[in-house]
Amino acid sequence: MRDVVVIGAGMTKFGELWGKSIKDIFVEAALKAIEDAGVKQIDSMYVGAMSSGLFVGQEHLGAVMADYLGVTPIPATHVESACASGGVSFRQAYLEVASGASDIVLAGGVEKMTDGADVTEALATAADQEYEVYQGVTFPGLYAMIAHAHMKEFGTTRKQLAAVAVKNHRNGAKNPNAQFRSDITIDQVLNATMVSDPFGLLDCSPVSDGAAAVIVTTMEIAKKLKKKPIKVIASAQASDTIALHSRPSITTLGSVVNAAKKAYKMAGLKPSDIDLCEVHDCFTIAEIVVSEDLGFFKKGEGGKAAEKGLTAIGGKIPINTSGGLKSKGHPVGATGIAQIIELYEQLNGKAGDRQVKGARIGMAQNMGGSGASCVIHILEGGK
Amino acid sequence: MITARYHREIPQRYRLEAGKCTKCGYVAFPPRLVCPKCNTKKFKPIVLKDEGKIITYTVIRVGPDKFSKETPYAIGIIELNDKLRLTAQIAGVVDFDKLKIGQKVKLVFRKIQDDGKAGIHMYGYKAVLV
Repeated sequence: MRDVVVIGAGMTKFGELWGKSIKDIFVEAALKAIEDAGVKQIDSMYVGAMSSGLFVGQEHLGAVMADYLGVTPIPATHVESACASGGVSFRQAYLEVASGASDIVLAGGVEKMTDGADVTEALATAADQEYEVYQGVTFPGLYAMIAHAHMKEFGTTRKQLAAVAVKNHRNGAKNPNAQFRSDITIDQVLNATMVSDPFGLLDCSPVSDGAAAVIVTTMEIAKKLKKKPIKVIASAQASDTIALHSRPSITTLGSVVNAAKKAYKMAGLKPSDIDLCEVHDCFTIAEIVVSEDLGFFKKGEGGKAAEKGLTAIGGKIPINTSGGLKSKGHPVGATGIAQIIELYEQLNGKAGDRQVKGARIGMAQNMGGSGASCVIHILEGGK
Repeated sequence: MITARYHREIPQRYRLEAGKCTKCGYVAFPPRLVCPKCNTKKFKPIVLKDEGKIITYTVIRVGPDKFSKETPYAIGIIELNDKLRLTAQIAGVVDFDKLKIGQKVKLVFRKIQDDGKAGIHMYGYKAVLV
């Protein structure tokens, strides 16, 4: 396997991009990434998108985007793994370059969620249609059930959940591409309109449009282009039961535990070696559970850690310096790539006001559904 | 939902029919072709008992269009007395604040949704507090 590096990144602002189509935003992000990398052509591309068929009635996104990006006839593949589509798109590009099949690959992700679809229903297709969704469950509902179980088992409080949202908004306010660039307070989170008990609106990531893309290549090409190489030192993926009720524990995400185990082994690292981590905080409880399942905190301690500021910039392990899904926005298929972009900026020392001092090793954890799939990458900055 | 899709789930939704692995005893609901525990491919049909308890729950206040007229409604993960778990609405709850993990429930036969286009009523199980 060859060493694989990221040499370019581009994304649109995340938010309600009513003036632009799904093609517009993907091409905008892809062109920025190609320009940032300084490459003349790409050999292949992946487009991560969760459910463009339901959101905008357009599937076959590989070919659609290659056409509008003006790169036909290169191979172009649409990758779907629910909200982990972007992370899996990156993993496919990584594998393609590592194997020697291609030298320069674009890994992208996109979602257009504000063009009129029933978003709740479209997102719910990532759960078990016959035995969860049929009964009337929603995604906030599934994660809310994880939250209630976590509160009962470990004494996690609504205030601790709220601390996650407050911290992520504080970080997102410093991210020019974030959907919400405003601070919020614990009281605002606690008093927000209820969505699915115990979640109020501010415990939930928003409905967003957005696209993100990175250029993946070999160490040799990066050196020729005189790029500081941000090396992919682990790429791991795992799956779990589609239905939340089929798991032995409601408060542990098996796919996260298993993907993390593989990723740490591949990189030869342990949790304390990670300088910053982007996690899939689709709901506040998700960040807490994932921060435990990645090994940053003991099981049941994630809520307290968030409340104490251990996950803030300057804390023990800065989590979601980008603002996370909560504040940066969550155009589902683009999220996994946007996480890689945050690591790319941090490890290049170009994250501006939200820069983690001396950041050298970053992790991105992206998951689909209520955790039925998880993909984890670890990136290392060059010296 | 087309009638065929609805019809083939009837044994599970109306009668709680499951499959029990002939080798390790794992109970699959709905029935599966492969046992996730031991990979055996032989199951015998069984019918689950309809009593259990709430493992976790939520009250859905913003629902998909199909359920939006019913909000707020409670939904939970129910563990039946034979240890199998499933997701079901918790019907007939008057005061949501009194819902608790561990409460005993019984599964009952109820209408779950309507299909506007095909016009079929769709039924299944809901939990009620006992």
